[in-house]
Amino acid sequence: MLRYILIRILATIPVMVIVAAFVFLMLRLSPGDPASVIAGDYATAEDIARIREKLGLNEPILVQFVNWIGQLLRGDLGTSIFSNLPVTTLIGQRLEPTLLLTLTTILFTVIVAVPLGTLAAWKSGTLIDRFVMLFSVGGFSVPVFVLGYILIYVLAMTLKVLPVQGYRSPFEHGLGPFLWHMVLPTLTLSVIFIALIARMTRASVIEVLQEDYIRTARAKGQSEFTILLRHGLRNAAVPIVTVIGIGIALLIGGVVVTESVYNIPGLGRLVLDAVQSRDYPIIQGLILFFSFVYILINLLIDLSYPLFDPRIRY
Amino acid sequence: MTARDDIDAVEADSVTPIRDDPSALRLMMRNRGVFWGGMLLAVMVMIALFGPLLTGDPIALNPIKRLKPPSGELFFGSDFLGRDIFARVVYGARISLVVGLAVAAISVAIGLFIGMIAGYIRILDGIIMRVMDGLMAIPAILLAIALISLSGATLTTVIIAITIPEIPRVVRLVRSVVLTVRDEPYVEAAIAAGSRLPLILHRHILPNTIAPLIVQATYICGSAMLTESILGFLGAGIPPEIPSWGNIMSEGRTYFQISPWIIFFPGIALAMTVLAVNVMGDGLRDTLDPRVARKM
Repeated sequence: MLRYILIRILATIPVMVIVAAFVFLMLRLSPGDPASVIAGDYATAEDIARIREKLGLNEPILVQFVNWIGQLLRGDLGTSIFSNLPVTTLIGQRLEPTLLLTLTTILFTVIVAVPLGTLAAWKSGTLIDRFVMLFSVGGFSVPVFVLGYILIYVLAMTLKVLPVQGYRSPFEHGLGPFLWHMVLPTLTLSVIFIALIARMTRASVIEVLQEDYIRTARAKGQSEFTILLRHGLRNAAVPIVTVIGIGIALLIGGVVVTESVYNIPGLGRLVLDAVQSRDYPIIQGLILFFSFVYILINLLIDLSYPLFDPRIRY
Repeated sequence: MTARDDIDAVEADSVTPIRDDPSALRLMMRNRGVFWGGMLLAVMVMIALFGPLLTGDPIALNPIKRLKPPSGELFFGSDFLGRDIFARVVYGARISLVVGLAVAAISVAIGLFIGMIAGYIRILDGIIMRVMDGLMAIPAILLAIALISLSGATLTTVIIAITIPEIPRVVRLVRSVVLTVRDEPYVEAAIAAGSRLPLILHRHILPNTIAPLIVQATYICGSAMLTESILGFLGAGIPPEIPSWGNIMSEGRTYFQISPWIIFFPGIALAMTVLAVNVMGDGLRDTLDPRVARKM
């Protein structure tokens, strides 16, 4: 058990190193002089030299890479070119809204998608099933921001039941205003995620429902509800949980867009502001941050399998 | 969106396989998803090809008619510079379809090559797959934004930036096919008969990858079109003077409260196109037996 956990944790290290190497090479291998690209069109020769110095681009490439890995190991993601603040500080300042938006979205998604998928699997082939599948294909096809604007138009502008934009911190303004402003962003971000999870739930529950022990349970005269929940969903849990983890990648992309639509001052906005001002260390730091979070979440999910399925032992 | 692959893997189980049927095309068209998705897509392609010849100029300014709502004259209304949204949306179909097709074609070509190597040359397998795992851990949109901001926004860089994160999915798929096929008796027979490696790859391995790759390519095409529009919307995509759907919507943001049609019409066009591609992909997957694809 302990051995497996250790091996699994160690296995994430090469993946992280490759992410770091890729992000490192991206700047160095991009066409043209990266320092002058970052400095912009109106930069003077001194500006470019200053940026080159700051990014350590004067050193040999191998020295640069070793320095960079050393920095990362010390938890240093670099320094912003314009604000001169460490990227980790900037991430810390913007983390709260993004984290909370992601959590409300995952929570809402699981509450909606798992029952929806199970229902579709139970009623597979019927109109309900068709409807769930249609919703799912549709969810994959509508761009996040278009959905956001449709929701703003209907719920905030026409019916005027929800605020158009903005973010209220639960720690400063209380839980009520926070949730009030979170409804639309959460709905927007959830749709694609619900589409994904509902489809996966449906597919894996359908598979489980064909098993012999389901027939046995029916023969014993257990209620359909117990069969679906205790025998069906329980055995279908592992693939569902796995796809939630993989879906985090989808969610990270969606967060950037959703924060932009609803004017939420989170990490997504930090990326876009950094792109506008060509503050490359921030972009680089955020890519690393998000990738590492993704890798760690999937590691945790991997290690949590025995909780969902006691047959899995390490 | 690798999660799609996992769904496919599970959903594929309930599908009856069809192999080497001489009338495969007819069978495919009998599938409702393939038929309707294909029809809708064909319409979009026709619009992209011939539409711009029939509509007005998508970049002609008409300051007197700024922000006009949809009417008999301006079907989709006009934007803040008085440009005809209808003409712009029709022209935007070209950009979206070109990006979708180019990304699908390039990522499949590169992924096929790398995947064959990973699947057939054991020493390289571990290294290649770790690199792919790393690449897959990087959020696609952020990666594309970074690549574009470093190399300058042009149609080509946008296509490349969307293609790179898609490659690992293709590599994984191709590798899994190669791994299942390489131990088949007919491949062993070919080796025993003295066939050279390129011939084995070409004659015995490659044909097995085609069906799952077609399915994968449709999904990549759909998600590439979405990513392109998201990049445009965020102001990190194709240069703003080109009327792509993402760019039209990006310019409509400021005026959304007074002129929502600037975002709605290109949004509907995009959703319809991606829906057509996705429905077709699901249909193709059901018809083409992706059983091999599931062993990932």
